[in-house]
Amino acid sequence: MHELAITESLVAAVSDTVAGARVTRVRLAIGKLSGVAPDSVRFCFDVCAEGTVLEGAHLEIEEPPGMAWCRSCHAEMALDDLIGSCRCGSTDLELRGGQELRIREVELA
Amino acid sequence: MCATCGCSDEATPRVIDLEAPHSHEPGHAHDHAHGPGHGHEHGPEPDPAAPEDGERRTLRLEQEVLARNDRLAERNRGFFEGRELLVLNLMSSPGAGKTTLLERTIRDLGARLPISVIEGDQETVRDAERIRAMGCRVVQVNTGRGCHLDAAMIARAARQLDPPAGSVVFIENVGNLVCPALFDLGDRARVVIASVTEGEDKPLKYPHMFRAGSLLVLNKVDLLPHLSFDVELYLDYVRRVNPALHVVQVSATRGDGLGAWYDWLDAQAATRAPVS
Repeated sequence: MHELAITESLVAAVSDTVAGARVTRVRLAIGKLSGVAPDSVRFCFDVCAEGTVLEGAHLEIEEPPGMAWCRSCHAEMALDDLIGSCRCGSTDLELRGGQELRIREVELA
Repeated sequence: MCATCGCSDEATPRVIDLEAPHSHEPGHAHDHAHGPGHGHEHGPEPDPAAPEDGERRTLRLEQEVLARNDRLAERNRGFFEGRELLVLNLMSSPGAGKTTLLERTIRDLGARLPISVIEGDQETVRDAERIRAMGCRVVQVNTGRGCHLDAAMIARAARQLDPPAGSVVFIENVGNLVCPALFDLGDRARVVIASVTEGEDKPLKYPHMFRAGSLLVLNKVDLLPHLSFDVELYLDYVRRVNPALHVVQVSATRGDGLGAWYDWLDAQAATRAPVS
C-alpha cells in the first residue's frame, strides 16, 4: 500500500508550495505504468488531506497511457503493461510514457 | 513520551542502534540525529498579482509527487559517494533469504571487505540481532505502519551507522515486492533477491520490482530437487520484464553459486562510477 505514502507526499508537497492558501482542486498525472493505483490514491486522499490546506479539495487524476520504444527495431508502440513486447519479437523496450507521477496543477481559493 | 524530543507517535519510523550507549524503553528507541529529513522545502510563492476577491486561481506545478524523496535520495547519494561507499539496496518478498544471504556474505567476505548493514522491517530488531551476532555493525529501521524504506529513513540511519570510508553498506529493505521499487534511497544499485519456492511467475506479477534491479539473486537452489520450479521458464519471464537483469543462482545456506555473487560485489566495489 505505497499509495498511502505517495498520497502523504502529495499532500506535503502541495502544502509546502501554496504557503497557507486553501486548495480547492488538485490535478495529478498517474501513468498507466507507474505502479501506482489511482483508486487507492483517491481512497487515501481525503484521509491524508484532513486537517491540512487541502481538506475538501477535489482530486482529478489523468492517466497517461504507456508508450515504449523498441531498442532493436526502433519502432514506437503503445504498451498496456510492463511485460509487453514489440511486433519484431524483442522485449528490450525503453519506456517513454506512462510512468508519470506528477502534480500538474492546483487551484487555490 | 520521550522527554528529549517529545516523540510519542508509534507510527513514526524508528532508527534503532543496538550499540547505542543509552537507549529508550523497548520499542521506543530512536536517535536524535537531525539529518536531511529535517530540511524545509520552499516552493514557488502564490502569485501576489492574482485576484483575491473570491476568484480561484490555478497554480501550475509540474512537480514530481516523490520529488522530496528523490531530493533526499540524491543527498544520500552524495554523502555515500563522498565516503566512497558501495551502498546496495536489497529487495525481495518476505522470506526470500535476504538476511541469510547477508549473514553468509559477512562470514565469507567480512575479513577482507568492511561491511555494515541497515536493516528495514516494520517491527522488531530480530534481523539486526542476527547481523550483529556475525560481528557486523548494524542499525535497524522499524518503519511502523510503513511498507518500504524511504530516503529520509536512510539519511537518519546512515548518520547513525557512520560507515567507514571505502566500505560496503547493505540496506535490507522491508520484505515486499511492490512498494520498495518506487522509492530511491540513494543507493548505487538495487539487488532483487528471489527464491525458487516463490514460483516462476513472480517476475510477471511484480514487473516493477524486477525492472528496478541491477542484479537478481535467485536463492534456495538447493531445494530445486524437491520442487517443480522450472528455472529456464523463470529466466525467460525475467528476460521478458528486464532483458538487462543479470542473474546469479545461489544457495545462501549450502553455498552454491556464491562465487558469482561475490564476483559481482567485488566488481561493484572496484568501480566508483554509479551503476546506470
